Amino acid sequence: MTKNTTMIREFSEAPPRVNEWRRFRRVFFQRKLVIFGLVILTLLVIAAIFAPWLTPYDPYIGDLGESLAQPSWTHLLGTDIQGRDTLCRLIYGARTALIVGFVTTITAAIAGIVLGLVAGYFGAIINMIIMRAMDALMGFPMLLLALLLAAVLGSGIQNVIIALAVATLPGYARVMHGLTLSVQENDYILAERAMGSDKWRIMLNHILPNTLPPIIVLVTLQLGSVILAEAGLSFLGIGIRPPGAAWGSMVYDGYRFLLSNPVLSFAPGLAIMLVVFAFNMVGDGLRDALDPRLRGVI
Amino acid sequence: MTSYIIRRLIQGIIVLIIMTLIVFFAMRLLPGDPLTIFIGQQASSGSLSGAQLESLRHEYGLDKPVMMQYFDWFGGIFRGDLGTSIYYHEDVGKLLGERFPITLHLGLVAFIIANVFGILLGLFAGIRRGTWIDSVSTTLANIGITIPVFWLGALLIYVFGLKLHWLPIYGYTSPFEDFWLNTKQIIMPVICLAITGMAYTARQMRSAMLEVIRQDYIRTAWSKGLPERTIIIKHALKNSLIPVITLMGIGLGMVFGGAVIVETVFAIPGVGRLLVTSVFAQDYVVVQSGTLLIAAIVISCNLIVDISYGWLDPRIRYG
Amino acid sequence: MAELLHVKDLVTQFKTESGVVKAVNGVSYYIDEQEIIGLVGESGCGKSVSQLSVMQLISAPGEITGGEVIFERENLLEYQPHGPEMRAIRGAKIAMIFQEPMTSLNPVLTIAQQLTEMLVLHKKMNADDARKKAIELLDMVGIPAAEKRIDDYPHNFSGGMRQRVMIAMGLSCNPKILIADEPTTALDVTTQAQLLEMMKNMVQQFRTSLVIVTHNLGVVARYAQRIYIMYAGRIVESGPTKEIFGRPRHPYTIGLLKCIPRLDEEEGKKLIPINGLPPNLINMPPTCAFLPRCSWKIDKCSKKPWPELTSVSSNHFIRCYVNTKEKKS
Repeated sequence: MTKNTTMIREFSEAPPRVNEWRRFRRVFFQRKLVIFGLVILTLLVIAAIFAPWLTPYDPYIGDLGESLAQPSWTHLLGTDIQGRDTLCRLIYGARTALIVGFVTTITAAIAGIVLGLVAGYFGAIINMIIMRAMDALMGFPMLLLALLLAAVLGSGIQNVIIALAVATLPGYARVMHGLTLSVQENDYILAERAMGSDKWRIMLNHILPNTLPPIIVLVTLQLGSVILAEAGLSFLGIGIRPPGAAWGSMVYDGYRFLLSNPVLSFAPGLAIMLVVFAFNMVGDGLRDALDPRLRGVI
Repeated sequence: MTSYIIRRLIQGIIVLIIMTLIVFFAMRLLPGDPLTIFIGQQASSGSLSGAQLESLRHEYGLDKPVMMQYFDWFGGIFRGDLGTSIYYHEDVGKLLGERFPITLHLGLVAFIIANVFGILLGLFAGIRRGTWIDSVSTTLANIGITIPVFWLGALLIYVFGLKLHWLPIYGYTSPFEDFWLNTKQIIMPVICLAITGMAYTARQMRSAMLEVIRQDYIRTAWSKGLPERTIIIKHALKNSLIPVITLMGIGLGMVFGGAVIVETVFAIPGVGRLLVTSVFAQDYVVVQSGTLLIAAIVISCNLIVDISYGWLDPRIRYG
Repeated sequence: MAELLHVKDLVTQFKTESGVVKAVNGVSYYIDEQEIIGLVGESGCGKSVSQLSVMQLISAPGEITGGEVIFERENLLEYQPHGPEMRAIRGAKIAMIFQEPMTSLNPVLTIAQQLTEMLVLHKKMNADDARKKAIELLDMVGIPAAEKRIDDYPHNFSGGMRQRVMIAMGLSCNPKILIADEPTTALDVTTQAQLLEMMKNMVQQFRTSLVIVTHNLGVVARYAQRIYIMYAGRIVESGPTKEIFGRPRHPYTIGLLKCIPRLDEEEGKKLIPINGLPPNLINMPPTCAFLPRCSWKIDKCSKKPWPELTSVSSNHFIRCYVNTKEKKS
């Protein structure tokens, strides 16, 4: 793991150049897959916000007479066992995915950044305690830890968010820790310290801004993994419980009808994949545009 | 060298102890009394009196202070006594012992496949940048990273199980009992377990390779008149494996994390399935030991990875 | 002495986002058996690229687009860049050592592994003989306790020591030509002198011709028999070392010499830098590339294209309209 910090050290030596907005746009929009990702994400956000207006059906209460309908003009993707429209639940599932994705990632990023910054800046015993705790959290396979925490906290969207946030925050803490260590080696930080500037001010005004580009990239890429992990949890039956619309549990519910109604599993799975793919592509694009030296590190 | 290994070992043990604390106290925060489940099971065979409840509580050591319970469990690990499952009424060591070989079998096969194919895909993508090999490899990697494994499982089951009838869609038979059936049974689970790790390895390998082949020492190697094969295998491969090896520890974690889902999809009686069942049953005795087992494996593998750097990269002097 | 290598009208281009860079734009030179020549110019003038082109070690986006490299009556540029014929030349007939000793050796292989592989490949030696030969070579280039150090990794050596290893490696298969690309630039001054002296002795012993590529005229002054001065992808002056130092004719060469401090001149004489920067190699005008920096220029220079190399004395050529002999320097 020391390897990682030295790699981070190399790219963070030069502070990011802010006035390169044009270069950023050129590199960012150059790749077709990034554009594709942006289109998918735009559709996702539209679906999440305007869900009630996009579909005439109720996502929670179905028409039992229409149970397990095959795809048709009335139900484009058919219906599930309770007669609920699959497309409608898919659109409402976008809400779940987006809310869980964003709230989790932002919570985890803030907590991880603070922990990593504090550990890196104060060093010594504080560093030891925080980083060993992070190592311990990272020792668990992420899904296992989330499963454990979700089981402890019980179901419900807010508990899924807490579980996933705890499971993902060590990643931010570790990157932030490495960045803090390397940035504060810079001469101007040493000078600030020598002049006796306030520690918290140095951290906020000097160290934090320098570590933003890699963090932004990490956040974007993590959004995808968090949505994937949430889907995994709801597939296992933990987290968002029926009748709430979550893509992972839709895949699970569809398993029983795989032979007769494969679309019940296939459609939500494809939705998960497209969204995760989109976040990854945009994340990669951001990384190359913000700082190509991050390639291979994040 | 030795002092470095000892230091890393101590660090690993500390991390492991912190992990036991996390698991133990997380499980103790579970809503409800673990015994209620036990009681629920007994309910049909007659209700329990208060005295019986107390004796059960005593039997499972639940009447002691939490800290003491932790030390009891922790001490038990060294005596090989992991306690008795509340849900299965069986020795936890035995429960895990029966299931672990299955998870290990699937996990190891998947891990090897993921790394061999991942490294090969990334290697050829890197040295043939911009060709169709590169496009195929990069596309596969992008799919592998983003595909939900339970969905991949559904696709595989649909195509190879339900439509083509080539492979059984669930279950696990010991390879010593029926090797051919076992092979057919594990194909789909192994693909599901391996795909993510393979994708990450391929990606990392490709970028490492691209970085290495533009180094000065590769130009030196060309200037000596060496053929491309020698240059790639002798001069580039070892250098480009260094960052890939780092990922392997994480990759192993992914395999075991994936086992939780994949064993559920394919109804395989492994540790992953056991953990999911036990989490739902609030069987803390099983969950804490099972999690610890997986954590210990992941931590030891990371340790091996750290030490193996020395073999790959002589610049690391374990200072 | 017989002519060994003759490079004719070599052109090497790099396709970049902003245009085609003609890094080497019609370079011709030759080297005789057991001769030492110097190729001198500022960084970016194409001197290294020209040498990498001879070895066909140019990788994308670079491309050799014209010229011939005649070596032992064969044109090397007709061979596939990484084909068997070219590989049989590299290391065995023409060897090369590079500027950065810190990065030119593979960090994860021992010196033995890197030094013996050429002997096994080109000289068909077995592992034991190759190892003995390698130790012998290390000994010759002045690595103390070579027998022990041979199993060390590059990071155990200092920069100067690594460059010695590179020289041993370059000479290991008795090549006809050794190309040394800025061999001493990355080293400190005392090491530079030792290394150059050692290199000269070694090539004499091995009867190898040596091409020293450098930006430092001082480096070649003592060792090279002839010197080529390069500017903006072309050779602007060539001749015997004595002639170049004694009677420089091209304004650029004259400028270069004025930048070198000399002990034999009276005190207080100023070093005169050449004003301006080397030209951008994209979309160069047909006129003399040195024109914007030249203090000798005449009307003809900006009206006519850059002249060909023309003889000013038997073995001395310049690419210039100005007869610098007539003007006092």
